[in-house]
Amino acid sequence: MEMAWVWTGMVTLSLVFGLLSGNLDAVANAALEGARSAIELSLAMAGVLCLWSGVMEIMNACGLSAGLARLFRPLLRRLLPNACKDPETLAAVSANVSANLLGLGNAATPLGIRAARKMARGCGGVASDELCLLVVLNTASIQLIPATIASVRAAAGCETPFDILPAVWLASVLSVAAGLTAARLLSHGGRRV
Amino acid sequence: MNLSSLVIPVLLAGVAVYGLGKRVDVYAALTHGAEEGLSVLLRIVPALVGLLTAVSMFRASGAMEWLSGLFAPALELLGIPPETAPLILVRPVSGNGALAVASDLMAAHGPDSYVGRVAAVMLGSTETTFYTIAVYFGSAGITKTRHTVPAALAADLTGFAAAALAVRLFFGS
Repeated sequence: MEMAWVWTGMVTLSLVFGLLSGNLDAVANAALEGARSAIELSLAMAGVLCLWSGVMEIMNACGLSAGLARLFRPLLRRLLPNACKDPETLAAVSANVSANLLGLGNAATPLGIRAARKMARGCGGVASDELCLLVVLNTASIQLIPATIASVRAAAGCETPFDILPAVWLASVLSVAAGLTAARLLSHGGRRV
Repeated sequence: MNLSSLVIPVLLAGVAVYGLGKRVDVYAALTHGAEEGLSVLLRIVPALVGLLTAVSMFRASGAMEWLSGLFAPALELLGIPPETAPLILVRPVSGNGALAVASDLMAAHGPDSYVGRVAAVMLGSTETTFYTIAVYFGSAGITKTRHTVPAALAADLTGFAAAALAVRLFFGS
């Protein structure tokens, strides 16, 4: 529903600004141009997006995501000590993190939800510190190969769409670190989670 | 030779050889994944039509510039280019909206410009925060989310500032 507000707000503001500045012609043209460019963008993105989805699928089929999941278990045991006492929750959380890393959003969300449901059991609708941490981890995702973004860049005429990878990794790590630190500080004013 | 020119062929060949070594039908996996990519694309096309229409009207009317100007002092303080203000506003609410705004920024400034690169890195290092929180807590039956929203927004804000910082670091501005 919030998107209805955002969309209506943008279109209405465009009308008002167009009327005030007298470039309503440009606004009218832009509306048609925007709709046309959406299809152009989609077509230009399609090839790269499909190729990388295919590569991710190979990685998944090779057991790479399972390997990644194993790699993250020790770290997750420290971040979420209570939840990870349950081996099923630990499996779901580590699979959630590795699917996020590989950019398999469709696979990551159901796994994360399975873990969240187990962690929410018996706490009467109040999120525990660890559940907050799990959700924050998922709102600040780290992706090894951001395929969608690379395909948008390729569609915009960029010749080396993957050259931003190191910058994406650095920014992601900083953002996840900030999220985890904030979650820790805000839970009962700094008490250990 | 650009390093990323090496990364792509090496990754493609490496993944294929490794998979074949594990007796995985890599070609079937590739085409299956590509099919999934196509269905993802099909799902976002209608949203892109609606959003790019609105975004391009917004830019043509001058409202985009006004909005960027409104947030410019705060953003410049964090070292964030003010042109990305619309992206920062829409990112936590709508993934497709962010995609539309970022592609508009890349078209307007060029994908290899400072603003174009920062927009791409912002898109890659943050998530649709409010949507994610709603999905997780909604399905887990949680009504009291406590410090999740402020902590998640702290991560987003850091991600935005870090995106600008990382682009300056790796590419100069």
